[in-house]
Amino acid sequence: MTSGLWELVLKGIWTTVQLLVFSALLGAAVAFVAGVARTHRLWIVRFLAGLYTEVFRGTSALVMIFWVFFVLPIAFGWQLVPMWAGTLALGLTYGAYGSEIVRGALKAVDPAQQEGGIALSFTPWQRMRLILLPQAVPEMIPPFSNLLIELLKGTALVSVMGMGDLAFSGNLVRLALQESAEIYSYLLVIYFVIAFLLTRLMRGLEKKLKAGVGKAPQREVSAHELKRAETTGVGAAGGAS
Amino acid sequence: MKWDWDAVSGFMPHFWDGLLVTLQALALGSVISFLLGLVWALLMRTPTRWVRWPVGVITEFVRNTPLLVQLFFLFYVLPEWGVTLSALTTGVIGIGLHYSTYTMQVYRAGIEAVPAGQWEAATALNLPVARTWRVVILPQAIRRVVPALGNYVIAMLKDTPMLMVITVLEMLGQARLYSQEHFQFTEPLTVIGVAFIVISYLASLLLRALERRLVH
Repeated sequence: MTSGLWELVLKGIWTTVQLLVFSALLGAAVAFVAGVARTHRLWIVRFLAGLYTEVFRGTSALVMIFWVFFVLPIAFGWQLVPMWAGTLALGLTYGAYGSEIVRGALKAVDPAQQEGGIALSFTPWQRMRLILLPQAVPEMIPPFSNLLIELLKGTALVSVMGMGDLAFSGNLVRLALQESAEIYSYLLVIYFVIAFLLTRLMRGLEKKLKAGVGKAPQREVSAHELKRAETTGVGAAGGAS
Repeated sequence: MKWDWDAVSGFMPHFWDGLLVTLQALALGSVISFLLGLVWALLMRTPTRWVRWPVGVITEFVRNTPLLVQLFFLFYVLPEWGVTLSALTTGVIGIGLHYSTYTMQVYRAGIEAVPAGQWEAATALNLPVARTWRVVILPQAIRRVVPALGNYVIAMLKDTPMLMVITVLEMLGQARLYSQEHFQFTEPLTVIGVAFIVISYLASLLLRALERRLVH
């Protein structure tokens, strides 16, 4: 490969990483808001958060991307820059999966902790911030790690819309060189390396957070235990139970 | 925002064609992923690491790389190697292979959840290894994992639109074709978006009924 083509690939990696970071941030924000709202005492808040989760988990990420790119501009007159359109579609879709992780982890905190907070007359918001979340967040990291890998794989979808991410630049290089096997192998390896680095990063984060609440990290990150059927299936390998 | 019902009714015949292809890909992809996943899970339990290691590495690799690029790989590279398959077949193989690396973990969890006493009883009865697997372990393991496998069928459903990129005309492919011909994007895309939500919701209801019957 010539240096010009390598530069194209590097640019693609950069776009993929940017998209990954932005949509992960949006997804995490949405996941926490929707996940915490699922435990709210007003039924309407719980219902709306549940509706969001079901709708965005129920549809396909690629269909969502098409919708944001083609329908949003016509229907609402919002023409978004491709990077933001991609971030919006991916962040909202994977945020819906993430909200289930947040909800599951909050539910898994020992109820006595919640009762202790009530007995000490903490406000609901204080209970959430000072008691529930610090214990729940470390438990969320392994499933979030799986979800992050799914999100990385999801970023490849924006190449269908002509955004210059890694998969897209790979396709360009293939058109230039006509060596499909080699180019696609490179692409897969690059994605694998990024995924590997992300897994390591998340494992380090888990260790740090669990040390903060006096726990040892989980031995195996992959989902071992059986899960019950979820309402609309998993986009992530390990949703919290 | 303008909503044109004529565009919806014009798109519906194409929608049914697309739905049929989507369901075909889903059914065949599920079968491949269930069988291949079981093969991977069994290979991961062989005593020699010369089998476990390569299988572990390959499945880890396939699981952590985008299905989209894997589909490109199969679609453009297989013909270079002299294997010509239809686009749908390629897509089904790609999706089945990708999800077999997930179902493999499900089977593993199911096999590990079979109580050790079952193994010991099989040994005590002097059952050969193959028979132990076939009539003692797997029937119990698979029964337990059906709901988890079902979750992956639903996940697979939501990945079938990717087959569009290798020219398969499933739901999204049909919607895109119709949009480009008639220059109406809103209606076809919204119709298939709703269709995905409805199908995955119905599938989840079915799955819960199945779970109640099998597990309890």
